[in-house]
Amino acid sequence: MRVAFTLNGKPVEAKVEPRTLLATLLREGFGLTGTHVGCDTGQCGACTVHLDGRAVKSCLVLAAQADGRSVLTIEGVADGEVLHPLQAAFRDRHALQCGFCTPGMVMSGLDLVARLDSPDEAAIRHGLDGNLCRCTGYRPIVEAIAHCIREKG
Amino acid sequence: MFPFDYLRPQSAAEAVAAHDGGERRYLAGGQSLLAALKLRLAQPSALIDVARLPELTGTRVEDGRLVVGAAVPHAGMAALPHIPALALLSGSIGDLQVRNMGTLGGALANADPASDHAAGVLGLGAEIRTDRRTIAADDFFLGMFETALEPGELIVAVGYPLPRRAGYAKVRNPASGYPVAGVFVAETDSGIRVAVTGAAACPFRLTEFEMALEGDFSPAALEGLGVPPDALNRDLHASAEYRAALIPVLARRALGLGGGS
Ligand SMILES: Cc1cc2nc3c(=O)[nH]c(=O)nc-3n(C[C@H](O)[C@H](O)[C@H](O)COP(=O)(O)OP(=O)(O)OC[C@H]3O[C@@H](n4cnc5c(N)ncnc54)[C@H](O)[C@@H]3O)c2cc1C
Ligand code: FES
Ligand code: FES
Repeated sequence: MRVAFTLNGKPVEAKVEPRTLLATLLREGFGLTGTHVGCDTGQCGACTVHLDGRAVKSCLVLAAQADGRSVLTIEGVADGEVLHPLQAAFRDRHALQCGFCTPGMVMSGLDLVARLDSPDEAAIRHGLDGNLCRCTGYRPIVEAIAHCIREKG
Repeated sequence: MFPFDYLRPQSAAEAVAAHDGGERRYLAGGQSLLAALKLRLAQPSALIDVARLPELTGTRVEDGRLVVGAAVPHAGMAALPHIPALALLSGSIGDLQVRNMGTLGGALANADPASDHAAGVLGLGAEIRTDRRTIAADDFFLGMFETALEPGELIVAVGYPLPRRAGYAKVRNPASGYPVAGVFVAETDSGIRVAVTGAAACPFRLTEFEMALEGDFSPAALEGLGVPPDALNRDLHASAEYRAALIPVLARRALGLGGGS
């Protein structure tokens, strides 16, 4: 079947099997390997992308479900060489070590920055429930997101 | 996943017509179904995507009821102001990404024994509206992953009576997020209801607790009441005895009418 959707701001089309996962299409079809696959069972959040502006786990979404909608991956977050403020906040606070979880953390973080009115630590941690990090201990990630929520206000 | 066809009809009527009552399955958020397909626990011939059907989206208040479309995601329900306990329940499901994709109708049709929405629907005495009839919450849940839905029957919306007050409290399994046990308490125009999820094959009501709360809607009214562990689940997360001990505690917390976790 054919799917057509907006990917990082540009219209794209692809031929997929109905059972093709969105994560597979992004990585293998479009070469956007910033979307990581950690567990492939919906637990770790490394594969998080935005579907119509909301964070979803692309290993639990069919490519067909994205048809006609808008997908944003980590590759579409920076403005050319200029990091998005949340990416810069991650860099400044050492919110990544091995970096495996980072694309998913940033995509969930962007959803939280858009959604939360105040940088409440408990709310940020609740919002990151679906993203696992084996390196950082989470604190700098929470601080980076809190920083961006403060800055937007 | 085994191969399947994918269909996206434009209306609820077309979706029901596309369902053969057999090997085809509806797909909403896919947060339970795709996980099951990956494990090859099911082999549908086709998935019928109902997530964007106009009849299944949107919410409204009508005749003292909050009517929520079956395809409304948990995150959408978490933002609804009408029934704060239901919003808190919805905002406590799984994680951010699951709440953005997973839907009310999918959760009810799936009937996971630890479903949060099952507690809200049974605790409020909601009605489940399908393409062909209205099913009372008391008649909907039949067993583990088993409901009163007929093959091919499509949930269109859920009508929740607006309660005078309501509360939900649960203990989450820290790894999965699913409730080890959860209790929803509500005072509605038609009486007091106490519903438990996560503790048995399907959600159930505690009539003894309901009667005790009739005269005195407070934690003190539950003094001395308990639940026998015999019929409760025992699994790697908790023993039946632990669940039996949790239920009265959670009922009292729910009567605090917050969304305690
Ligand atoms: C990591 C993770 C954590 C989770 N944690 C929790 C939790 O803490 N608490 C909790 O309650 N749930 C939890 N869930 C489950 C989640 O709430 C699911 O979204 C929900 O159970 C299914 O909704 P869905 O829209 O994704 O349905 P789908 O997966 O698309 O479908 C599920 C079933 O419902 C059927 N169906 C779907 N829509 C309809 C309809 N309108 N009419 C008739 N049948 C229909 C499908 O055919 C399928 O059999 C979790 C899931 C994941 C992946
Ligand atoms: S790879 Fe999707 S949640 Fe882990
Ligand atoms: S930085 Fe290594 S898993 Fe998070």
